[in-house]
Amino acid sequence: MRLDLGAIAKAGSSKANQTGSWRNYKPIFHQVKCIGCGLCKIYCPEGCVTMIEKKKYTVDYTYCKGCGICAEECSSSDIEMIVEEK
Amino acid sequence: MSTTTLTAPKEQSCTLLAPGHTACTGCGEALAAKLVLGAAGTNIIVTDATGCLEVFTTKFPQSSWEVPFIHSLFENSAAVAAGVEVALKALGRQNEAKVIAQGGDGGTADIGLQALSGMLERGHDILYVCYDNEAYMNTGVQRSGLTPFDCMTTTSPCGELSWGNKHNKKDMPSIAAAHGIPYVATASVAFPKDIENKVKKALSITGPKYMQIHSPCPLGWRSKPQLTIQVAKLAVQTGLYPIFEIENGKVTKVRKVTTPKTPVEEYLKIQGRFAHLFKSPKGKEEIQKIQEIADRNIEKYGLA
Amino acid sequence: MSTTFIEGSIAVAKTVGVCRPHVISAYPITPQTHIVEHLSELVADGEVKAEYVNVESEHSAASVVLGSSATGARTYTATTSQGFLLMIEVLFNIAGMRLPVVMTCVNRAVSAPINIWNDQQDSMTARDSGWIQLYAEDNQEASDMHLQAFKIAENKDIMLPVMICMDGFVLTHSFDPVELISQEQADKFLPPFKPEYYLTPKNPLTFGAMVGPDGYMETRYFIEKTMHASLQVISNVATDFHNQFGRFQGGLIDTYKVEDASLVLVAMGSIIGTIKDIVDELRAKGQKVGVLKVRSYRPFPKDEIYKALSHVKEIAVVEKAVSLGYGGILVNEIKSVFYGKPKTPKINGFILGLGGRDITADTIHQVIKETAKAASEEKFVGLNEALIGGK
Ligand SMILES: Cc1ncc(C[n+]2csc(CCOP(=O)(O)OP(=O)(O)O)c2C)c(N)n1
Ligand code: SF4
Ligand code: SF4
Ligand code: SF4
Ligand SMILES: [Mg+2]
Repeated sequence: MRLDLGAIAKAGSSKANQTGSWRNYKPIFHQVKCIGCGLCKIYCPEGCVTMIEKKKYTVDYTYCKGCGICAEECSSSDIEMIVEEK
Repeated sequence: MSTTTLTAPKEQSCTLLAPGHTACTGCGEALAAKLVLGAAGTNIIVTDATGCLEVFTTKFPQSSWEVPFIHSLFENSAAVAAGVEVALKALGRQNEAKVIAQGGDGGTADIGLQALSGMLERGHDILYVCYDNEAYMNTGVQRSGLTPFDCMTTTSPCGELSWGNKHNKKDMPSIAAAHGIPYVATASVAFPKDIENKVKKALSITGPKYMQIHSPCPLGWRSKPQLTIQVAKLAVQTGLYPIFEIENGKVTKVRKVTTPKTPVEEYLKIQGRFAHLFKSPKGKEEIQKIQEIADRNIEKYGLA
Repeated sequence: MSTTFIEGSIAVAKTVGVCRPHVISAYPITPQTHIVEHLSELVADGEVKAEYVNVESEHSAASVVLGSSATGARTYTATTSQGFLLMIEVLFNIAGMRLPVVMTCVNRAVSAPINIWNDQQDSMTARDSGWIQLYAEDNQEASDMHLQAFKIAENKDIMLPVMICMDGFVLTHSFDPVELISQEQADKFLPPFKPEYYLTPKNPLTFGAMVGPDGYMETRYFIEKTMHASLQVISNVATDFHNQFGRFQGGLIDTYKVEDASLVLVAMGSIIGTIKDIVDELRAKGQKVGVLKVRSYRPFPKDEIYKALSHVKEIAVVEKAVSLGYGGILVNEIKSVFYGKPKTPKINGFILGLGGRDITADTIHQVIKETAKAASEEKFVGLNEALIGGK
């Protein structure tokens, strides 16, 4: 980062900002009925869903804001939103 | 579900729009930008207009952009991109990167329209992407030229004498197409594979390209964050947000609406920005007017 | 070295050409047109290998060079008056992003009423923008300054844009003998532009990030600090230029017969030439008069001005601009030079030549006469009494 040269920032440095703390609801990826469609990963606005293997997806709670899109769009209702315990 | 044909793309360790950005939960614009970058890959240089996307991705010293990025002002994203493109040429670096300009609907169709028109007319090899969330969100949901008819915003409130926005949504894709450019497309965050295909196709074409992506804003539309995709899908299925491609002036491809057709109420009723239409019997007449807009789109683009 | 009898605009265009700009973008407006028309010809003829972008407005002209500069290109634009005002949002942005763009501000009055003639109200509106502003006295200097401008702007310790201000019509449209700069000479003087950071996928940085209350002030502090550092760089570059070309038109300031003067006129731009003639005339009559040219207006060379004028009894600041609601602009800054110093001369300010109003020998004589009167004053000189009801 260079503030002296007009606010130049480093690529991808927002990863330092752990937006998971925003969460009121938390997606639970049951990894039971998953058919591996990948929609949860594709639709996540935070880009924090990853594929572990073909029919197993997981979420990085460091960034997940708990919007619930993944649960809403899951092809096999395999993601559940629960209240975040804080 | 109509999109189950989607297959998971090749695994990436992370997206090119890095997490940690500060978009509201369920933000359609963040999703749209993530999808555009994912399709475009790393050999790009992107510009962006002032607006939500710029603000939630570039809070110094942090940035969510994993690709070279420049933000200058609200109305000059297209002109800055033109500068980047000619510089690459002048420096003999034109094979280094494709140039993508970005802006919100306000930065594109209102205050940035002149710079965009100039860029399109001069034939720069640039893909311009408008993230259309149908209002000035960054400044608190004011009306823009792309705000739909009868939509409530903070500067087009409903009241005794008002049903919200009096004007029809500006036909920005046609304006872009009228420049005689090779490629114009609309898309929606509800259909990510379509976005991917269109971005890839656009980047394979030399010359100016314009793409407008419908990007729900839970905050401004007063819709539930988890419904972002559902809302976007209904806009397309009702015909209110026609999805098409215009190649060299001709409509070449459209996404059909559902049969039987989905009434616009289905779309309107899940958004607070249209809630006033459901509160009195007279609102029905207004909803009918909106249905007519959808019907005209279906007719015009052959969406049935 | 040979001189060419040439129009000021063409001389400037040719100098910009030998600076090897990669990207030029501009929008036509009188009296800037001849500069950019000639540059577009040089590009069309392949004499200058640059991309010339015909934009749809000055806002976009400045935005194009902003984007190009951030991509690592050497860039140039030019405008005046209304175009300058339309550009101004981008001008602040260019400076804030530390992009070493070089531009010519052809000085012209601003509307309303619309008026295409010379004064310096346009560039004055960008006084606080973070651009280095240099004012040219004649066409030789205007031409030479452009080569110097790139060297100042691109200095890795500076990285600020530079604006060369030249009086519209008075300089741009006048034919004068000018020693033009050859390609070889320019290449020897000006190294290629190699910025430390630029837009490239090889190092994907974010330019133009949003900075909150936690850092914005520091960005201003850095520019202010750099402006101070640029004082030295501007004089060094003028000296380098002198060494290579044998011409010296001043560094931060220039003085003419100031050393023993009791009255000094202070001004910027082409009016200096007119004043010099009067100085010669009065000197012949035994009057101790001199003139100080402010060449670098931003950064403002307080110390150099004080050093040059500390012995002077009377100062008359003449300027082609006005801060409506305050009065003279330069005069205020000249006064501030003497604040807290042991001796303060009498300082009078004169606003003249607005909207192309003739500045004749009589005008300057009147300034000198007014200065001789007792109190410090600020005055419009050369008003048409008939138009203001004889008041
Ligand atoms: C010249 C100028 N006018 C107004 C603004 C204030 N402003 C900043 S962003 C914005 C709205 C952006 O709306 P849009 O382009 O639709 O993007 P969104 O935030 O909705 O994504 C406005 C009005 C500005 N930054 N610059
Ligand atoms: S809840 Fe939202 S943010 Fe969290 S993983 Fe699902 S889609 Fe992503
Ligand atoms: S959306 Fe559901 S079914 Fe599809 S990959 Fe994700 S968890 Fe599996
Ligand atoms: S206001 Fe709307 S567009 Fe802006 S970040 Fe929030 S959801 Fe996204
Ligand atoms: Mg918007």
